[in-house]
Amino acid sequence: MKYVDEFRDSGSARRLVEDIRRTATRRWVLMEVCGGQTHSLLRHGIEEELRDTVELIHGPGCPVCVTPADDIDFAQQLALRDGVTLASFGDMLRVPGSRRSLLDVRADGGRVRIVYSPLDAVALAQKNPDQHVVFFAVGFETTAPATALAALQARELGLHNFSLLVSHVRVQPAMEALMISPGNCVQGFLAAGHVCTITGFDSYREFVERFGVPVAVTGFEPIDLLEGIRDCVQQLEAGHAMVTNQYERSVRRDGNEYAQNAVNRVYEIEDCPWRGFGVIPQGGYRLRTEFEQFDARARFLFNAGSVVASNERNDCPAADVLAGRLRPNECPHFGIHCTPDSPLGAPMVSSEGACAAYFRYRTVTPESVSPEEAAT
Amino acid sequence: MTVPAWQLNCPVEFDESSDRITLAHGEGARLTRRLIDEQICPRFSSLPLGALPDAAHLNTTGRRIAVTTDSFVVSPLFFPGGDIGSLAVHGTVNDLAVSGAVPKWITLSLILEEGLPIPILSRVLDSVARAAAECCVEVVAGDTKVVPRGAADGMFLNTTGIGELIDPVPPGPQAIEPGDVVLISGPIGRHGIAVLCAREELAFDPPPESDAASLIDVVAMLRDSAGTKLRAVRDATRGGVSAVLHEWAAACGHSFQLTESQLPVSRDVRGASELLGLDPLHIACEGVLVAAIAPEASEAAVAGLRSLPMSTHAASVGTAGTSQLSSVTIQRTLGQRQPVDEPTGALLPRIC
Amino acid sequence: MCLGVPGQVVEWLDRDPVFGRASIEFDGVRRVCHMACVPDAEIGEFVVVHAGIAISRIDADAAERLLDELRQFDIDDDGLVPTDPLTDAETRL
Repeated sequence: MKYVDEFRDSGSARRLVEDIRRTATRRWVLMEVCGGQTHSLLRHGIEEELRDTVELIHGPGCPVCVTPADDIDFAQQLALRDGVTLASFGDMLRVPGSRRSLLDVRADGGRVRIVYSPLDAVALAQKNPDQHVVFFAVGFETTAPATALAALQARELGLHNFSLLVSHVRVQPAMEALMISPGNCVQGFLAAGHVCTITGFDSYREFVERFGVPVAVTGFEPIDLLEGIRDCVQQLEAGHAMVTNQYERSVRRDGNEYAQNAVNRVYEIEDCPWRGFGVIPQGGYRLRTEFEQFDARARFLFNAGSVVASNERNDCPAADVLAGRLRPNECPHFGIHCTPDSPLGAPMVSSEGACAAYFRYRTVTPESVSPEEAAT
Repeated sequence: MTVPAWQLNCPVEFDESSDRITLAHGEGARLTRRLIDEQICPRFSSLPLGALPDAAHLNTTGRRIAVTTDSFVVSPLFFPGGDIGSLAVHGTVNDLAVSGAVPKWITLSLILEEGLPIPILSRVLDSVARAAAECCVEVVAGDTKVVPRGAADGMFLNTTGIGELIDPVPPGPQAIEPGDVVLISGPIGRHGIAVLCAREELAFDPPPESDAASLIDVVAMLRDSAGTKLRAVRDATRGGVSAVLHEWAAACGHSFQLTESQLPVSRDVRGASELLGLDPLHIACEGVLVAAIAPEASEAAVAGLRSLPMSTHAASVGTAGTSQLSSVTIQRTLGQRQPVDEPTGALLPRIC
Repeated sequence: MCLGVPGQVVEWLDRDPVFGRASIEFDGVRRVCHMACVPDAEIGEFVVVHAGIAISRIDADAAERLLDELRQFDIDDDGLVPTDPLTDAETRL
C-alpha cells in the first residue's frame, strides 16, 4: 500500500533505531499521546527495541478510554428507547459504562448499529425516517470535523430524525494537565499526527515555551514514530525545546482550514470530564445552540437516577495508566485478573488502550522465557 | 422500512406479492409435502419423488467412513462470491476432505423463517444443487422446519456430511513436531471481509468476494505431494488461521512461529482490513487450508499446490517450535516476535 | 481511533462544499469518501481518510524527501550524521 509500506520498511527502521541509540547519552522519558501510536509502537516492536535508550510513556490518547461512563450509559438508554437507533464506531461497543457495554445492551434488544463513519449514520437516518438515529460522537479533534460535517449535512437535508451525542475531547489541554500534575516526568512529546493534521501545530509554541519540553508532531507508521523519537532525543541532547513536524506529508503548520471551519461552525469549546481524570478545562466540545435540534442531550433526557451504582472496580488504576504514571504491566492485576476477555477497566477493553495494546503485543524474547520453558 | 439483513444483495427479483413461507409449511402436512415436491425433490435427483423415507439407505464401498456436521447461520444470505446454500455444501465437503475422506453424501436441514419469500428459497436451493453437483456429492436426506417471524433471520441450514476415508489418513495435530513447516494454500481473510462488508454495507467497490469453494482437489494434491509427511490439515474457517494454529498448539504441545511478510493476503483484504483496523489472521476463510508438513516435504507440497488454480498463492508461512510464552507468535517489522492471540470474534458475528 | 489511511483519488462524484464526495482507492478496494475538507484534491493525488472523510492531501514531495533521507543511510558508511535540530526546526516551522 502506497504511503504505508514504505514507512514500514524494516531496514530503514533498524537504521533509525541505531541512530537513536548512537545519539542518546542517557535514557530519556517521552510520551506519545495517541492510542493509534501506542498500538503501532508495540505492534512493530519499537518500544522493546529502544527500551534501553528511551522510556516511552503511553498517554491518555485513547478517546474510547476517556469517554465518561455517564455518556456511555446515556448511549445505552438511547439504544433501548423505542424508535431510536444508536449508531456508533465499532470500538465503543465493548467499553463498559457504569455497569455494562453497548454490546450487552444490543444482546438485550437495544438497537445498536456499527458504522464506519458518522456520515453513514446520516444516510441511515435518511433511509429510515421512522427511526431516530443518534450518532455517538466520540474521538479527538481528528474526528470532530467528520461529526461536524454530519450535523451540517443533516441541517441542509432538513432531517428531523438525526442527532449527535457529543463526547469529543481535545488533546492539548490534557497534555497541559499532565505536565502540571505531581509526579510528572515526561521530558518530550510525540504529538498526535492526525490531530495536528486538523489543528496544525502552531498552538504548541506556547506549550514548549511554558514547559520547556520538545514536541515532535509524529505520524503512525514505524518510520514516522522513529523519526519523532529521534527528533525528541536530538533536541533533548542539545538542550532544545521546540515544536517540529515529523509528519510533513500530512501535517501543515496551520492544519486543515476547511476542517477547522466546520468544527468552529458547529461546536464550541467547553470544560469537559475525562474518565479517570476529572474535569479538564477546555477539554472538550459541545454543540452550539443553533445546532440544538441535532443535540441528543437537548432532545432526550438522560435518566441518571436509573443508572445502577458503578461497577467500576476501584482497584483499576486507569487514571494512573492513562497519565503514564503506571505502566500496564506494573499494574498488579495485569494479565492475571485483568485481560481483554475479562477487563477491569477501559484501557484493557479498548483495542487502543495501553493495557490492551501491551497485552496483545507483548514480545516473546529469549529473556522472557523462563528457564523451565527454555529447557523444553 | 429497512431491508431485512438476509435480503441484502439478493440477486432474485421478486415482488411483495410472491408466495411466502408460512408456519403451515412446517407442520408436516399437505403444505410441507407440496414444498418438498415443488422445491426440493426436483433439484435433488437422489431423493425419491412422492413419499420420502425417514432415512436414506447408502451403498458404501466398505471403507471406513467419516461424518461431519455443520450449521450455517450466515447473514446476509447472499454475499459476493456465494450464498448460504453454496457455503453449506463447500463447508461440509471441506471438513470431510481435510479429514482424509472423499465426500459422498450430504443431508440438508432447513429452518425457515415465517415470511421468507419462496423465490429466495428457490435460489438458495439452486445454489445447493449446483455446488453439490460440482463437488460430486448427493443430497440424500433432509428436513424442513418453519419458525415464527424473527426467529431465524431468513433461514438457517444444517448439514451432515458423509465421506469414505482414503488411506493414509493424515495423523492429525498431535503428530506435529518441532521443525515442521506451516503451509497456507491461499490468501487469507477473504470470506470474513466479504460477509462483513456485505452485512454492514461498507460500500467498497468492487465488493470484496468470499473465497468459499471446494478444497477437494487442493487436499488431494497436498496428499499426493506430501504423502506420509503430511501431519495435519484443516480448513481455516471461523477465527481464521489463528484459530487453527491455537487448536493445534493445544493438541501437540508445541508452538508456531509465523513470519508476517510470508502470509498471503490479497490486496482488497489488505485494504479493507487496514481501513477497518482488523488483522487478517483472525478473519474467516472458506477456501483456504492450513497444513503442517515435515520440512523435507514442504517444498514439493508448495510447488504442487501452486500448480492448481485455487492455490497458486500457496506459501510456507512459519514453523512449529518448542513451547514458548505463547502458542502462536509472529515476526513483524523490526524482527520482534509477538504473540498472536486467539480471536474473540465479537465484531465479526454470523460469518459462517 | 485516529486510524487514518492513505488512498488515491480516482473520481470526483460531487463537488458541493458540504456534500462533496469522491471515489478513493485503498490498495484494491474503492470507497466513496467525503471530501468537504479537501475540496481542491485532484485526481491521482493521495489523501488521508479518517472515519469516512478525507482530512489531508498527502504532500508527495515531503514523503519523497523523507524516503530519500532514509536511502542516504545506504550511502553514508557510518550512518546518517544527526542533523542540527536548531536549523531543522527553523525551516520546518
